[in-house]
Amino acid sequence: MGNHDGGRDVKLSCRNVWKIYGDNSDSFFMDQDGKVDDLQEHVNKILQSDHIVANADVSFDVYAGEIFVIMGLSGSGKSTIVRCLSRLVEPTAGDIILDGENLLEKSADELIEIRRHKMGMVFQSFGLMPHLNVIDNIAFPLKLQGIEKAERYSQAERVIELVGLQGRESNFPNELSGGQQQRVGIARSLAVEPDIWLLDEPFSALDPLIRKRMQDEFLRIQSKLQKSIVFITHDFQEALRLADRMAIMRDGMIVQIGRPVDLILNPVDDYVREFTKDVSWESVLCASDVCQKTSGSLKGLGRVSADTQIDSLLGYLAKNKNGVAVEAEDGTVLGIATATGVLAALANGSSVPPAKVKVTK
Amino acid sequence: MKLKVDRGFFAWLFIILSTLVLIFLQDHLKWLSTYPKELIIPFDHWLNLGMGFLITYFGWFFMGVSWLLEWPIDVVRFVLQSLPWSVVSFLICVFAFIAAGWRLALFALISCMYMVVIGYWSESMNTLSLVAISVPLAVLIGFGFGVWAFQSQAAKRIILPMLDIFQTVPAFAYLLLILMLFGFGTVVGLIASILYSFPPMARNVLVGLGRVPAEVIESGLMSGATNRQLFWQVRIPSTKRQLLLGVNQTTMASLSMVIIASIIGGTADIGWEVLSQIRKAQFGESLLAGLVIALMAILIDRATYGFAKNSSTYQPRSSMASWRYSLIAIAGAAIFFLLSSLIPALDIWPRELEINPARGMNEGLEYIIINYRAAIETIKTMAFFFIMLPAKIGLQGSVSPFTWGFELQTWHSFSYAIVLTGFSIWCGIRFNMQLGFMILLFAIFFFIGLTKMPWPAIMIIYTYIAWRLGGLTLAIGTFFGLCFLVVSGIWPEAMLSLYLCGIAVILSFLFGSGLGIWAAHNSTVSAILRPINDTLQTMPLFVILIPFVMIFKIGEFTALLAIIAYAIVPAIRYTEHGLRNLPEGVIEAAEMMGCSKQQLLWTVKIPLALPVMMLGLNQTIMYGIAMLVIAALVGTNGLEQIVYIGLSDGNFGLGLIAGIGLAIIAMTADRMTQAWSYKRQKDLDLQID
Ligand SMILES: Nc1ncnc2c1ncn2[C@@H]1O[C@H](COP(=O)(O)OP(=O)(O)O)[C@@H](O)[C@H]1O
Ligand SMILES: [Mg+2]
Repeated sequence: MGNHDGGRDVKLSCRNVWKIYGDNSDSFFMDQDGKVDDLQEHVNKILQSDHIVANADVSFDVYAGEIFVIMGLSGSGKSTIVRCLSRLVEPTAGDIILDGENLLEKSADELIEIRRHKMGMVFQSFGLMPHLNVIDNIAFPLKLQGIEKAERYSQAERVIELVGLQGRESNFPNELSGGQQQRVGIARSLAVEPDIWLLDEPFSALDPLIRKRMQDEFLRIQSKLQKSIVFITHDFQEALRLADRMAIMRDGMIVQIGRPVDLILNPVDDYVREFTKDVSWESVLCASDVCQKTSGSLKGLGRVSADTQIDSLLGYLAKNKNGVAVEAEDGTVLGIATATGVLAALANGSSVPPAKVKVTK
Repeated sequence: MKLKVDRGFFAWLFIILSTLVLIFLQDHLKWLSTYPKELIIPFDHWLNLGMGFLITYFGWFFMGVSWLLEWPIDVVRFVLQSLPWSVVSFLICVFAFIAAGWRLALFALISCMYMVVIGYWSESMNTLSLVAISVPLAVLIGFGFGVWAFQSQAAKRIILPMLDIFQTVPAFAYLLLILMLFGFGTVVGLIASILYSFPPMARNVLVGLGRVPAEVIESGLMSGATNRQLFWQVRIPSTKRQLLLGVNQTTMASLSMVIIASIIGGTADIGWEVLSQIRKAQFGESLLAGLVIALMAILIDRATYGFAKNSSTYQPRSSMASWRYSLIAIAGAAIFFLLSSLIPALDIWPRELEINPARGMNEGLEYIIINYRAAIETIKTMAFFFIMLPAKIGLQGSVSPFTWGFELQTWHSFSYAIVLTGFSIWCGIRFNMQLGFMILLFAIFFFIGLTKMPWPAIMIIYTYIAWRLGGLTLAIGTFFGLCFLVVSGIWPEAMLSLYLCGIAVILSFLFGSGLGIWAAHNSTVSAILRPINDTLQTMPLFVILIPFVMIFKIGEFTALLAIIAYAIVPAIRYTEHGLRNLPEGVIEAAEMMGCSKQQLLWTVKIPLALPVMMLGLNQTIMYGIAMLVIAALVGTNGLEQIVYIGLSDGNFGLGLIAGIGLAIIAMTADRMTQAWSYKRQKDLDLQID
């Protein structure tokens, strides 16, 4: 099985995964690979026999070191799919491939080993052990592995520092604020140094201000650790801030996968458009999204890198009529971004009906 | 509102008509009023035979167990008895302090001093030693069953009804069984108390394990826990509070059963002391001894509850603190030990320093009885003539010149029929159909008398109500339960139990709800009622009997009052709780619409609180039946009396059959009221925890 794609390693791969709840959930699949001819027809058949389709034919890849966000309204099957990835929920059909090996074929003991060393998970309502203080909570996975107390405390201390909980070691969960509790949850999931990090709406239970701060912290931690991440959220703004790539789910199915900007520029249907329409484009588009190819001279033009955000360029463009040259990482020029080009792109994404403009001679 | 004529209406109509027909027919068909003797199945005889068989062939086994269990009891008893009272008291105080702070420690000190000074120290220690052995065993057994039921659905289906049976079959019914198997002695009390007290533990374990939040389990799994680690390091610790609540309930149940079991005698414990004083009609002495039990119960309850409450507030460095406590306990005990070898009064309290206020109390009581005899007698006869007798044998049997002052004429009966039919029709149209029919049915009952009703009619009515409330399964269960009452020949006594308990429950529920409503709207009333309720609830049942039996002597009326005193507690509690915890928004909305206080109460608050009040009714019934069994001691005539007679005559089969009969009544009533409450909750979209 090829686990290369465009030069990047596929860390975790979800192939045609189904999860059906109901008495005869297994009866709908001949083989375990989860491939069906007509998806919608198959789903309808299952629904008609009073079963719940939590996930239908979900496929995606997570590359090493990327943040893959799954977004969807509540009840769209996000929690179920992320639990399928860790086999907290047993998929009805399909395959989960972790590092090239099929996770669903692992025995119970192997699974425990995998969870002890390769996976970390963070939960919406934290899932902390109420009877353990902060450091014991964080060291809990290490304790289960039978690691000595001194050793596991020193390991835990390291992640405590990472999430900024120093001085709180002996507090119990009920003495902490929501934000602090989730820091404990994050630290615990990182204590075993997993490769793959699953987060199920980790910040949804927090106040908006705290949430913003936690997102920043999360990005900081990730920039240090470079984990492969599956991040679940129902908040599109959060998805935009964090995602390298994202998938949008509805009724257990994936509607669209891509970079946030792809989703914004080319929503496949109204469901996706509904999320993207209120996004301010200037905060999403980068220089490379608005630049036009040119064969003209670049003399005298400033240069910016391709991933520069548009809103940070607006001031410069207002002053420099000729625009700015946009260059890729390797230094080749992709094109020129001008004020007019930016305006055109923004006009494209505006959801406000155009004003009536009187034309006078 | 218009009267809706639907299937339900005709079903009710059919019930009423068939009841009337059956009543009419029973004068002509004898078997309708009394089930024929020849058809009675001699279950009791069979049970006795089986028992004989068991003893002959397996008696050695039970005797062995008995011998084994005798040991730890003797050891603990020896230790508690031979240690100076000052040492034991000190340790109890330290324990109370750790559990719930200095207030409880003070209470413990006062209680211990009371036991010493009144002269019941040795009896109290005998009781305590039984409890001390029974609680750990019951907790262990309960834990085992709880875990088993949690892990296997199949096991759960067997274990849950089993727990029900142990909790509802009156202890008197199986005391004899234990006595016959395990022989005479303290072991009987121990085993009875284990059987009665392990179910609450099992239930709490089951509930607690089920309530661990899913994400806590999942995070345990994701931390790489094996099944065993998940159980011992995630599930059990995170349900600690519920487990400790289980220990609390188990301890209380254990104490109450140790007290009840002392009825078989030979234990020289405090329960026996109370009982024999009651039998001698020694008011003062029995109350003084009863108070020991009450103090003990309150102390044990608050201490174990304290542990449960503390368990959710975790404290850092708690291991340090527990070290310090053990140090203090050991050092203090050693000091008191030394002191008591110097000062003998600290070892054994001298007889001449005992205080005995019993004589004064007896005289006080005598004074009251003599001076208020007229009033007491009036209350008693009024209740008897106007409530109890009509409920028992109906207006048709009880109205006579001697009781009501006139002869029941045909026109009396006619006007009664017309007035009440009219009233029920009015209620049916004005409020709802069910209520109308219920009133009509009630009117018929009151005229004929519960014990004079033909048994098939009661079976039909009861089964129909079960069907309406709980569906087909409950109806079938109820029907077979009632069949058992009929064919085993204990139907008449069952009706006598039902009559006494029924009146008590209805009165408790009416007065209790009234008080609950009052308490919900008035904090002073609430503050006064709370400690009274707490005390009544923790009080072992014997003790509640004492004041009533002293004033009103032996008889059904005394039993009635004692049952009400105990069963009223949940009615008050649940009503107040239900009314105080209504959804905020609804009340505000109603107030904004301009509801008056009265309207608010009757049209908004009470309907919304009704499901909770129904759970209160459920508990009222359960409490009522529990007390009914004990009330057999003061002379009642129902099943509970047969149970008691079975015990004292050594007729195991008879006692057990009657006990099962009571359990059937309790369980069907329990299921019906619960089903009703849950249905209402669903309709109202309420969440009750
Ligand atoms: N254990 C279960 N049994 C039955 N249905 C379930 C269960 N868990 C989830 N579902 C259903 O599956 C669907 C997806 O749920 P979930 O994955 O929790 O959604 P999300 O996390 O996106 O809110 C929902 O309709 C939910 O009711
Ligand atoms: Mg979810």
